[in-house]
Amino acid sequence: MKPEHAATAQRQPLFGLAFAGLAVLLLFSIVVTVTMGPADIAPMEVWQTIAHHLGLVPESPVSRLRDAIIWELRLPRVLAAAAVGAGLALCGAVMQALTRNPLADPYLLGLSSGASLGAVSFLLLGASLLMPLGAFLGAGAAMALTLAVTQLLGGATPTRAILAGISISALASAATSFLIFWSATGDSYREILSWLMGSLSGTIWSEAALVLVALAVIGPPILLSGRALDAFAFGETSAASLGVNVPRLRWILLGSTALLTGVLVSIGGAIGFVGLIIPHVVRLMTGSRHRLLLPVAMLLGACFMIWTDTAARSLFAPRELPVGIITALIGAPIFLAVLLRYRRIT
Amino acid sequence: MSGLLVSALGVTLAGKRIVSEIALTAAPGQLTGLIGPNGAGKSTLMRALLGLGPIGDGTVTFHGENLLSMPSRQRARTAAFVEQSGQTDARLTAREVVTLGRIPFQSLWQSMPSPEDLAQVDAALDAVDMQAFAARLYHTLSGGEQQRIQIARALAQQPRLLVLDEPTSHLDVHAQLAMLALLQRRARKTGATVLIALHDLNLAASFCDSLVLLHQGRLVTQGTPAEVLTPALLRDIYSVSATLLLHPTSGRPLIAYDLPESPSQ
Repeated sequence: MKPEHAATAQRQPLFGLAFAGLAVLLLFSIVVTVTMGPADIAPMEVWQTIAHHLGLVPESPVSRLRDAIIWELRLPRVLAAAAVGAGLALCGAVMQALTRNPLADPYLLGLSSGASLGAVSFLLLGASLLMPLGAFLGAGAAMALTLAVTQLLGGATPTRAILAGISISALASAATSFLIFWSATGDSYREILSWLMGSLSGTIWSEAALVLVALAVIGPPILLSGRALDAFAFGETSAASLGVNVPRLRWILLGSTALLTGVLVSIGGAIGFVGLIIPHVVRLMTGSRHRLLLPVAMLLGACFMIWTDTAARSLFAPRELPVGIITALIGAPIFLAVLLRYRRIT
Repeated sequence: MSGLLVSALGVTLAGKRIVSEIALTAAPGQLTGLIGPNGAGKSTLMRALLGLGPIGDGTVTFHGENLLSMPSRQRARTAAFVEQSGQTDARLTAREVVTLGRIPFQSLWQSMPSPEDLAQVDAALDAVDMQAFAARLYHTLSGGEQQRIQIARALAQQPRLLVLDEPTSHLDVHAQLAMLALLQRRARKTGATVLIALHDLNLAASFCDSLVLLHQGRLVTQGTPAEVLTPALLRDIYSVSATLLLHPTSGRPLIAYDLPESPSQ
């Protein structure tokens, strides 16, 4: 037996190990990255602050300033990063399965750019509270356009979908840039640009709560559809012959991913490649069964995003690097590797 | 009426009538072959009678039950479909692919395969003699091995109706004979109804109990291989001239095609 074959026989225990290991790593990452930054904070202080704010202990020995740094500045940002990473990985894995396209990802299929356009439009119209709605509408419209253009190109192959995604993405980005050019000035201009490249800078509790709630509401139905997604391994006809209601499932899942992408982009901007690379890495561990793949991908995506975002705010401190630049630096080479691996079908 | 009964089945796709007025029967415990030149509508017909792909009009009953109005999960527990070639980029082992056949039996909340699922998957792997390959990744298997795994996946659905779209087209002669023998044994043993599209007319003549001949989306005739495979029909439908022989041991029809005249030396 080739080593690859021997390895797959042991996937079940590997899944348990991966899941437990990643859950521990996620908790560890949250606590450790909150301590990282200009103010020197100990892990114990993080626990004490969290316990105090959750009402578990009446008095906290942590000073007010440090308490504010932990609770108001760093924790919302770290939790938002975790939720954004988990959400992007989930969206990517679902889109890859549903479109049978190993290159599918919210960023590459134009959803993120569409969401950015929607969010910026609502922002500039003065409806900043409705930004997530605008982002959802933008993501949904971009997805519909990408799928329509893919059909026009003669049916869904991965390359056609990516080409369609690039064209829709370019169009949406140009429209976004024009809107910003037209109406934004000075500081707000720079801020919006940084957010467009993907940045979690200045995340506050209400924003972190929005992504966490979105993930908690949209995530479980997607996770439950894992087995139905497995049925798509051999295409839509095959899925239908296994009793899956293909049109209904497709609408539910594409709608959910557009909604989730909208929320993620409205908070973190267009962070690329996370949805592409995380599912591929996880597939090497758990295989393609989505009941295992989806939860593990969410955990790994969360950890990945926490650390890349920490790097983004630490590497050139006090200046912030948009985290989208880091994920692109890591993700683009992996994208190429995936492209090479699947060259016979693209 | 037992077995599969199709009447007045038609499919319209983008305003074009692909198949129309198809009537056929397939009896339990038998292999019914679907033959016809390329573009005759075999694949479209198979998908339509299983309620997959473009919706057909007409009636399809199986053991008296309407197959087209049946809830899709129940239909997937009644009828299984094997496509021409099952290709995937998913990283699934052969066993995991066979386990896909248990999807119609699994509830939304069930996280792991039940003991019944595992038993059915093992039985299906045994039936196609692929137990030794169960832990291999599906995409590393040969075409013939993949096809056997696809059949095992279909068997794991415990179907009483098995529909196969040219399952032998990518196989060598040995694998073709082995697969048809397997399907024949299965039909005889379990009383399952098997409808199978085949390109190779001699293969169809050797293994099928009944043949359905399609041409340009319409039914030409249904009957025993000896009734359907006549020189006249072969000339009209396939544009080949042939002599019908009898197989020396099975007594089934054997087609000897007349070769086009070779240029004189």
